[in-house]
Amino acid sequence: MSIRSNDQAVEADGLVKSFGDVRAVDGIDLRVATGSVYGVLGPNGAGKTTMISMLATLAPPDEGTARVFGHDVRREPQVVRQLIGLTGQYASLDEALSGAENLVLFCRLQGLRPAAARRKAAELLEEFGLTDAARKPVTQYSGGMRRRLDLAASLIAQPPLIFLDEPTTGLDPRTRAQMWATIRRLVATGSTVLLTTQYLDEADQLADRIAVIDHGRVVAEGTTDELKASVGASSLQLHVDEVGDLDDAASVLERVLGVRPTVTHESKRLTAPMQDADRVGELLAALRESRIRLTELSVSKPTLDEVFLTLTGHGVEPGRTDDRELADEADAAASVDLEGSRA
Amino acid sequence: MTAEVIMPATITPGAERSLKNSVSLAQTLSNSFAMAWRGLLKIKRTPEQLFDVTFQPILLTVMFTYIFGGAIAGTPEDYLPFIVPGILVQTVVMTSVVTGVQLREDMTKGVFDRFRSLPIARVAPLAGALLADTVRYAIASLVTFVTAVVMGYRPAGGVTGVLLASVLVIVCAWSLSWIFAFFGVIARSAAAVQGISLMILFPLTFLSNAFVPVDTLPGWLEWFVRLNPVSHLVTAARDLTMTGTAGVGVWFALLGAAAVVTVFAPLTVRAYMRKA
Repeated sequence: MSIRSNDQAVEADGLVKSFGDVRAVDGIDLRVATGSVYGVLGPNGAGKTTMISMLATLAPPDEGTARVFGHDVRREPQVVRQLIGLTGQYASLDEALSGAENLVLFCRLQGLRPAAARRKAAELLEEFGLTDAARKPVTQYSGGMRRRLDLAASLIAQPPLIFLDEPTTGLDPRTRAQMWATIRRLVATGSTVLLTTQYLDEADQLADRIAVIDHGRVVAEGTTDELKASVGASSLQLHVDEVGDLDDAASVLERVLGVRPTVTHESKRLTAPMQDADRVGELLAALRESRIRLTELSVSKPTLDEVFLTLTGHGVEPGRTDDRELADEADAAASVDLEGSRA
Repeated sequence: MTAEVIMPATITPGAERSLKNSVSLAQTLSNSFAMAWRGLLKIKRTPEQLFDVTFQPILLTVMFTYIFGGAIAGTPEDYLPFIVPGILVQTVVMTSVVTGVQLREDMTKGVFDRFRSLPIARVAPLAGALLADTVRYAIASLVTFVTAVVMGYRPAGGVTGVLLASVLVIVCAWSLSWIFAFFGVIARSAAAVQGISLMILFPLTFLSNAFVPVDTLPGWLEWFVRLNPVSHLVTAARDLTMTGTAGVGVWFALLGAAAVVTVFAPLTVRAYMRKA
């Protein structure tokens, strides 16, 4: 054991997973240091959930290798399962049972005797503020309560690595802040957390390092500060009056701010990252000197959309099928094959 | 989720844990029993899914006894010893379909993702479901006999005969449920499982000696009915309830059950492991 390098909680190399023609994960490398919070940032359908299911031994990778604390997910899945906790994007609970029954079931499955399982379940319910709802069936739980119960279920065996797949998607701001507080306490106990999210500020708030993924590939990786520096602390948007002025405006902007803006001709718009919002005055003066008329100007914090625009050259594409649907389709296809081979 | 509650001090680092990549037999059994407990809880939570094992036997026993009783045995009371084992077999065998239907539904749910991420025996959810369903068969048997007794059924085989017949039918239904569990694992929807299974079971249970004496049937049908394994099971249950002794039919039925399990248990487990 001592020979193995264990400063890495996750080491993934060249992970690939396809569903039919779609390469949901298309060659992902990942290093997650033990004791850190690692954020995987990407839009719906970027391959986040598929990546997590390979790391959590739910689906074998088509290509590449992944190790959790030095244990290969394909060769030693049962060992990996003893080291991880999984909190899914779609809360993985038994809807027909009550919150308490769910926890007792998972405790029993992890080898606790009935009395110990009931004690542990009561402890977790208390800790996650669910004691009052303990006897209600999970179908009656709110979104936030489900996530909390789901997280509680992942912590039964006190795993050293926890996967949180979009822990706050669809939650209201107050519940989201509570979830963040819970995740921070978790990290304080020494857990390594791998978290996926669609929200830049969530990754910013919680993660030490971030990987931005898109179309199953890592398009940027670094500390939150490095990532922000590449995108700019804030984002500048300019709309010019005349389409003909766009190129002139772009060169003025490049001269003053030192970055090349992204030009969108249809909406007569320039977008550029900015390190320092104060320089907007200089820019305005320079633009007036060049007699370029503006219709609109705004400086804001970069959104995920702008991070993507900067890193990939294209924005977040809405309406792409999400991972789970792809997985279901693949599952359905597998059933057809099986039925075919039986006939 | 109050901030002042403190989480357990620290977590044992991954490197300092001693871990095995295999699952022991004891753990497999323990996991399966935990899953069976889950099955029982689900039955308790949704008692309406017990309609088929409570109302169906009552309905069938009352209906068939009064409709066919006069025509086949002279009076409904004389028909009871003949038809009650038949209804017992039909009800319990039909109930075994539920295993497959519910397994299919279950496998598409989010909770299965968690089962797959836990260090438990892969086969436990399947084994647990099969185990929990024996409770349904027991309820169906009990309801059938109680209804019959209320209607004036006094089996010559006594309590022992009735109990043995119930156990025999439950064992056979459990064996059959492996077939439906197999459909449950490979089919795409719960409705498909239900459809395939009932299509097989309807002819098997009705084209048997469960409701009418075989010698009243046309020759070609008599040939099929005598071959039908359900007929052997009905005959065995009749021997036990009418005389309290095990006829040769009992051994045929048990042999058939063993054969089904031998073939379908490995098939089902293999198909299941590929998906789980």
